[in-house]
Order: sequence, then C-alpha cells, then structure tokens
Amino acid sequence: MTQEVSQYSGLASYNFAYLDEQTKRMIRRAILKAIAIPGYQVPFASREMPMPYGWGTGGVQVTASIIGQEDVLKVIDQGADDTTNAVSIRAFFQKVANVAVTTHTRDATIIQTRHRIPEEKLQENQVLVYQVPIPEPLRFLEPRETETRKMHALEEYGLMHVKLYEDIAKNGRIATTYAYPVKVAGRYVMDPSPTPKFDNPKMHMSEALQLFGAGREKRIYAVPPFTEVVSLDFEDHPFEIQTFDKPCALCGAEQVYLDEVILDDKGGRMFVCSDTDHCEERREHGHVGHLGVAKEAAE
Amino acid sequence: MSDTPLLKVRDLSKFYGKRIGCANVAFELWPGEVLAIVGESGSGKTTLLNCLSTRLMPTTGSVEYHMRDGGYRDLYHMSEAERRFLMRTDWGFVHQNPADGLRMTVSAGANVGERLMAIGNRHYGNIRNTASDWLERVEISTDRIDDQPRAFSGGMRQRLQIARNLVTGPRLVFMDEPTGGLDVSVQARLLDLVRGLVNDLGLSAIVVTHDLAVARLLSHRMMVMKDGYVIEQGLTDRVLDDPREPYTQLLVSSILQV
Amino acid sequence: MATPLVVSEVSKSFIMHLRDGLRLPVVANVSFSVASGECVVLGGPSGIGKSSILKMLYGNYAVDAGQILIEHKDRIIDIASADPRSVLEVRRATLGYVSQFLRTVPRVATIDVVAEPLVARGIAAEQARERAAELLEKLNLPRDLWQLPPATFSGGEQQRVNIARGFITDHRILLLDEPTASLDAANRAVVVEMIRAKKAAGVALLGIFHDEEVREAVADRILDVSQFSPRKAAA
Repeated sequence: MTQEVSQYSGLASYNFAYLDEQTKRMIRRAILKAIAIPGYQVPFASREMPMPYGWGTGGVQVTASIIGQEDVLKVIDQGADDTTNAVSIRAFFQKVANVAVTTHTRDATIIQTRHRIPEEKLQENQVLVYQVPIPEPLRFLEPRETETRKMHALEEYGLMHVKLYEDIAKNGRIATTYAYPVKVAGRYVMDPSPTPKFDNPKMHMSEALQLFGAGREKRIYAVPPFTEVVSLDFEDHPFEIQTFDKPCALCGAEQVYLDEVILDDKGGRMFVCSDTDHCEERREHGHVGHLGVAKEAAE
Repeated sequence: MSDTPLLKVRDLSKFYGKRIGCANVAFELWPGEVLAIVGESGSGKTTLLNCLSTRLMPTTGSVEYHMRDGGYRDLYHMSEAERRFLMRTDWGFVHQNPADGLRMTVSAGANVGERLMAIGNRHYGNIRNTASDWLERVEISTDRIDDQPRAFSGGMRQRLQIARNLVTGPRLVFMDEPTGGLDVSVQARLLDLVRGLVNDLGLSAIVVTHDLAVARLLSHRMMVMKDGYVIEQGLTDRVLDDPREPYTQLLVSSILQV
Repeated sequence: MATPLVVSEVSKSFIMHLRDGLRLPVVANVSFSVASGECVVLGGPSGIGKSSILKMLYGNYAVDAGQILIEHKDRIIDIASADPRSVLEVRRATLGYVSQFLRTVPRVATIDVVAEPLVARGIAAEQARERAAELLEKLNLPRDLWQLPPATFSGGEQQRVNIARGFITDHRILLLDEPTASLDAANRAVVVEMIRAKKAAGVALLGIFHDEEVREAVADRILDVSQFSPRKAAA
C-alpha cells in the first residue's frame, strides 16, 4: 500500500537523498561504467553513511544516486518488507528524499533488496538494487586483490571451476546454495550477492536494470536489461535450483522460495513464502494454503 | 628431428644497476632437448631462468618462442595475457619448493585439473579421470586424489607439481632445482620419473641445478654459469668428462665420489 | 661409402687449471681411417691415449685441432667442430660406443637399458625388447636378471649389458673400449663372434683389446698409438 509522506518533508539539513550532488555524480559515473561493462566491479569512493558497514551502505548509496522525486521505492530484506532493516531503510529515504514508498513489487520503480529477488517478474521501468557484502567471487580462493584483478582482466576463471570441482569431490554435488557465481554477458564472472541460487535464473534476460552496491568493499557492478546471466556448472553436473516439496503454508504458492518458520518448541514448523508481498497478493486473490485462513475483507 | 628451434635466445642480459644478474646469454633449444643450467649460488642461473620464463623482465636481449601456429614470437613483445596463457598451456614451471607451484588447500585432483578447467574443460568426470591418470603416471596412489597436498610428503608434492604442469601437454618445461631439498632416494625416483616423461612426451626442458649428477642424468646439453656469465657450454657428457674452463674443472672435481 | 670414419691431424692436451695450468699433452697429429667391414685395433702401452682417442671420436672429449669425419646418412659430419645436437644425432644413428664402464640410470630394467638405443630410433618397445632379449641370451646373461636394474651386477655382467646395448643397433661405426676385459673365455668367444658378424655386415669397428687372443681373432690391422704420442715427438 502506498503511504503519504508529507509529514516528513521540510528537513532542509539534508540534500535530496542525503548524498551531495558531487558524490551522486561520482556514483552515477561508476554506475554508467558498470552498465557498460556488465559484471565488472567498478571501484568507487564509498561515503560515510548513517548506518554502519554491513547494513546495506552500498545499496543505499546506489539508490540515493539514482532516486528521483517521481520514484516509488520498495525495500526488502530476505524477501520481507517488514523486517527491521527494510523498515529502517525505507524510512530513511522517506525522510531524506520525500519519495513515495510501497510494498507492492509491481508498483515500485526502485527495489532495494538484501539477499532476495522478488518472485514477481520485473518490468522494463524497474531497477533492482542489491546490497552486496563481498563483491569478489574469487575472494575465498585467492585472497590477493592483485591476483583477482588480473584474473578478471585476463578472463582466467579456472579457479572458479576448481571450487565447484572441490564441491563435487567432497559432497557429490555442487554444494553452493547461495551467492552462486554466474557468468555475465559471456565475459565476467560475478557474485550475485547472497541471494539463494534459486533466484539466479531470474537474473537472466531480465527486463529490469540490476545494480549491485558494496559499501565496505567500495565496488559497484551492474547487469543491464536483457543480459545473459549463466550460472557456472559442469556439463555432467548442471546447475539446478532448489525445489521445495510443499507449497507455501499460507497461500499455497508453488515454485517460490520458502522460508522456514518455527511455530513452537515441539518442532512444529511451517514453510511460507519468503517474498511477503507475493504471499499477501496471492492471499488477497483468494489463494489459501493449508495453514492459512481465508482473507477477510481488506483493511 | 625437427629443424626449427623451439626457443631462440639472443644477447640476454639482466642488470640491477651496475650489478650483473646475467649477461650476454645466447643459445637455441630444440624440441626434445634438455638443457641444464649449472652453477653455484650467485651464478645467475635462477635469474636467467626467470628471464627465459617471463617471470623477470630482462634488461636487453630477446627470447623468441616457436608458437604452435608456426611463427616465432618475442616473449617480451607479447601482451601479458598472451604470456600468461602460454604459461598455462604450452609451458610448465616446476618450482624448487612444491608449495610454490601448488594450491595447498585444494585437493590433488583439483590441482591437476585446474589447468584443464582454465582452458575450458567443463566435464567433471573427464577432468577427474585425466587427473587420476596423471597421478598414476607420477606414481601417486589414485586414492589420494581428494587429499590436499598439505598431507603429502615432499617427494609426493613435487611429483604432484610435475603432474599439474604436464597435464596440458606443454612443449617446454622450466625446472628450478627440481630435486632440491628432497631425500636422496626420493631424488633418484623423481629424476627417473622426469627422465621418463621427458622421453615419452618429447618435451624440451631447461633445468637449473647446482647438482651435476642431476645435469648428467637429465640433460643433453649443459651451460655452466659463473658471476652471471656462461663460461662453458656443450654436450653434457663432454662438459663433465672433459671440462675446459678453470671454473668448470673446479666444479667437476668438487663432486664427492660415492 | 667405403671409409665411414676418417681422422685427420687431431691433437689434444689437457690443461689442468687446478694444478696451475699444467699442460698434459695427450696425442698429436692423429690421422687414420677405418673402412666398412674392417676392425682396426688401437695398440700401445697403457696411458698412451687409446681411450682418449675413442672418446674424442665419440664427442665425449673435445679436440684442440684436427677433424673427425663421420659419414652420417648422406653427409659428412666433423665431430670435432659439430654442434651438440649434431653429435647427438650421429650417436643416435651412426656411431656406437661400448665403454669400459656401464653408467647406470636408476630403476631402469636391464632389458630396457639394452633396448633403449632402438627405442630412440623409433622402434616399438616390444620389438626392441625382443631384440634385446636375443642379445642378452647370446651373451649368457641369466634371464632372471633381465628385469633388474644393472647397478648391482658384477663387473662381467655389467660389461655384457654394455656390449648388448652397443651391438643392438645397426650403427655403421662402432667404437669398443676394452669390451672383453671382465669376461670369461666362453663369453669372450661370443663377443668375438658378434664382432665378426658386424664386420660381415659392413660395420667399421675401432677397438681397444688388451686380450691377445681376442685381438688376434678380430683385428684386421693394429694401429700403434705411440706414433701419435707427443712425448715421443719431444724425445
């Protein structure tokens, strides 16, 4: 639901969207470069933000640089609009940009996300901004920044497959389930941020623009609309997404990413849509899961 | 026997200010030939090896390599990408300390398979089988394929390093004191393995060593270096059995007879 | 060609730098030739330079002056001035050498040591081993030694391995340095037979034999190396 935000206007001490215009220009240049070289990590001068590193400063800086008065912002954290972080960041932008906010994916023009991609297919006029902790997919195998930069520059990605090989040798299958590395536009290997591998296919040929911001590591990267994004795998161990054997307990949705919710201390649990907006929408349209209740009249 | 040299070295020198690393080195290396570069500490042999293998930029001179497509390329007129690609496919480099040439925290199979994956192999089963074959060839038990080299002895690590280098069928292998630091019995086994592989695969190799026995066993030709200069070179058995230069005579006479 | 080996005015000295540059003349103005099918024996007292001459011919020793002309395939190669690669090629195809001592490579089985010169010429390993087996059989080397590396063999056993290795190919020129020194009478006779067979096949042989009997049996002519001794010239 869209909220009116007039009560937050008038705080003249902040520039629009908090960042000064020079910083926005610098970040926009980085974003343009990132779009021109899909999947390539562009260094940028990450600023001090009013939240500590590890809380989405990269995503916030990207959003702050692209947001305009006409935009409608949605913020999700692990798929939910109502967790603390999502709420805080949404309130932050209401305060410093005075923009409209929403929880409906379809109505948003900018969606800032931590660790999930919405179930709803994104449209041409939308931008998805990811919060990224460690942008370098090779970091855990090769700690030297000098080496990883060379590897990207020279397209030396053997090491990435070494990691997958090790997984198969140790576990019988590729055990990476989130932050699953992808090859973008057939050139750069990229870390999609800690989204579950379930979401990787959504990145491929998306109509929306996808931007990635890592504040602590000072990198921005991008996947332009209609770009090929292919998850790395082996011919005889192809990429597979997670499957869930039960539908959402509340709305009955199938083929969506489910969160596990502990119900009691006796081991009771239920699986519900991670994407809260998606679940709500379905319930509004009358879908009911085996633990859900039929939706009463809208509030 | 091929008529075209694999490597042509002209006037190769490396200076550190006034200090000579190596000076005026010139030679040609043919396919299937093993050249030993022998000298004591400070002779410049390692500097020379590094200049030849693109690990160190020389001050003057040229190193031309006969590419698979038939043409000669000056190594230092290539882009870094081309040099690194060459290093991973057509060349090998066996370090004295195997830990420098291996990924210690990755399994033996992955160590051997990495180069294959780097050139685009994407079939796990095939990569694993190839790695397994190579472990067998270097006499490492194939049931160690998933073990990390951290758990291997020095000799095993060195043999693993050799397998890792040879898996892409390189034509030229550089070796820096390949038996340094290994027990004598282990050395013998390793040298024998290297000799066999060089013969079977028709490799060319440039082996830096201070151990004349290694030179005798492995190489066809030998270069003796002192203070950065090549003071004597020729057929290995000739240089060892009929040394002409004073320094060479000193070296040869210093070997302990067992 | 009738004379595959021609030596012309070869001289050599050792300069012992470790003994303040002491100059030890070895031979001077050595000139001779060996024809196909001929066995020339180098004669003269011990230390006169016979082994050195063989080593110079093989490229194992350098020469100070002169030429060592070998007919290799359809060319003449001068071993004295040839580059290492050419010398190796001549050794592989044309010029064989049975040395006094067997220098062994660790871990290689005797039969493979003997077969190696054929394998180096491109013969298939199995075939080469068969040929090696024939020779080892002829030389009375016990079969159960064939799979062992020869490093621990007795002097006589090692010598027979050396001989087999030297005789296994069809090299046109063979240099023999005391091939029968550690052998008993029966095996000496075998070697004499083998040398005769090589002669009949047109191989040019140059050898050093201390044993009078063997020398009598194989030599077509004896070349007294004393005539090339620089000490004699000085006298």
